[in-house]
Amino acid sequence: MRLSDTEVVDTFAEGFPMWGARIVITAESPAWAHEAARSLTGFATSVIGCKCEAGIERELDPSDTPDGRPGASALLFANDREGLAKRLVERIGQSVLTCPTTACFNGLDGDETVDVGGQLRFFGDGYQASKVLDGRRYWRVPVMEGEFLVEERFAVAEGVAGGNIIILGRDVAAALRAAEAAAAAMRSVPGVVMPFPGGIARSGSKVGSRYSALIASTNESLCPTLRAQVPHTDVPPDVGSVFEIVIDGLTLEAVREAMARGLEAAAGAGASHVTAGNYGGNLGPFHIDLRGLVPGLRD
Amino acid sequence: MPLTLTLRESPEVPLETEGLAPDALASRGRAEIEELTVWHGNRRAKLADFFAVSGNGDEELRLEGDLRRVKFVGAGMTGGRLTVAGDAGMHTGAEMSGGELVVEGDVADFAGTAMRGGRLVVRGSAGHQLGGAHPGERAGMRGGEILVHGDAGEQVGAGLRRGLIAVAGRLGDAAGLRMLAGTIVALRGVGAAPGADMRRGTIVAMSEVALLPTFAFACSYRPPFLRLYLRHLRALGLPLTAEQIEGRYARWSGDGLELRRGEILVLEPGP
Repeated sequence: MRLSDTEVVDTFAEGFPMWGARIVITAESPAWAHEAARSLTGFATSVIGCKCEAGIERELDPSDTPDGRPGASALLFANDREGLAKRLVERIGQSVLTCPTTACFNGLDGDETVDVGGQLRFFGDGYQASKVLDGRRYWRVPVMEGEFLVEERFAVAEGVAGGNIIILGRDVAAALRAAEAAAAAMRSVPGVVMPFPGGIARSGSKVGSRYSALIASTNESLCPTLRAQVPHTDVPPDVGSVFEIVIDGLTLEAVREAMARGLEAAAGAGASHVTAGNYGGNLGPFHIDLRGLVPGLRD
Repeated sequence: MPLTLTLRESPEVPLETEGLAPDALASRGRAEIEELTVWHGNRRAKLADFFAVSGNGDEELRLEGDLRRVKFVGAGMTGGRLTVAGDAGMHTGAEMSGGELVVEGDVADFAGTAMRGGRLVVRGSAGHQLGGAHPGERAGMRGGEILVHGDAGEQVGAGLRRGLIAVAGRLGDAAGLRMLAGTIVALRGVGAAPGADMRRGTIVAMSEVALLPTFAFACSYRPPFLRLYLRHLRALGLPLTAEQIEGRYARWSGDGLELRRGEILVLEPGP
């Protein structure tokens, strides 16, 4: 298939269920809200090594936050509900509670919730106090700066992880330019995050390794330097570099929309090829076909 | 047209109307409603002896006429909406646990006593013991919200256990007397001895207040939770300014005769 001058492989991305939460952070300035969100979502590129995947969803205008201050929202995903609850407590405790002027709120609707503020309150060592407003409980934790406000319960929902597109280009500069354009376009979609640095991974992996200690290793079929060395390669002769963008979302629709916008942007920015990663359809229940993803695709 | 009960004339002695709430009347026909018991002083009477019934019974109830001597309006209501087109008597909204009760005029003493949930809105002023406790009980209001657009009398939120009481005008003396927790917000003045014997909870004063000597100054800051509360109250129609929402508050901890875990937050003058 082709989209403008880009060859699009007729394949699909294979997604998996993951539990997600939306964390809304506010602060006295956009810079401090962003700083807390950046810290919260740091070292959260892949569940393989980080126990969770996370990213900043968007910056929030004061009119969009519970306390009328500038803010940021972040999404955090983990394999199960209990794991997600642990990561939320750890990361909000270490990265938001500690960050100057911040407050932290649940940003997701839903009946299924986990206890976050109710755990973090113990940092107050008995001096904490709670407030209930409009059916939601908040904890006021005294800190040296003043007071940290955190909502007690955060909603969690089953989302979709592992949406992806893989962008190929003539060289690193060309492929990265297309990947950057794709990641930027995806950021306009609410309800998704791209957890790798800048949204882009240069080291897409396959399941397993020849070394028994590793559960994932380099995807040699997409490594340009190994094109002449491996039994099977997916790197066309005119391609010198490949990047992957992984997308985690609160809904399948959001992941699909992000993939569509990314595909269009990558093609518009000169990607020579776009494909997607899957495991033959045998592992993940969500299959997102590149065919039909955007209207301009033609055979 | 909502179910409407119109009081024909003000009774000579107080009329007690427990159960006069939208959820309690929703499933009843007009004849059944007219047969309901009310107490005129110590005399049992029928509701139809005092009220004209019109409209349909659904989740909305409207009361019209001079109800200043009608007690227990909306007491115990659990849902729906009740509008009083004028003033209401004592114990209005007592023990309500859900729904919204709007009084377009004033309410007399003991409104919202032992309230557990829902919202009581008073467009005029409120009497004494707003959101207070039944005589002999330690805890008063246990949940819900009371919004008063005018003033409120003495001992507002006495024994308050949980919930929010916000008064756009002045509070009388001894606001938050023996309160256990919860929040009281006063947009204007606060009378003498606020928070006397309070254990926990918050009283917010937007003007200078004479504090008991058993309260101790902690610091001046912008309480993060207060922004939530004040924005919430502004969204409900109370006239809060940006200076009040974003302002600095002096935190006084007390009552030192109790746990000293309560607080009175006093808005400081602008920069």
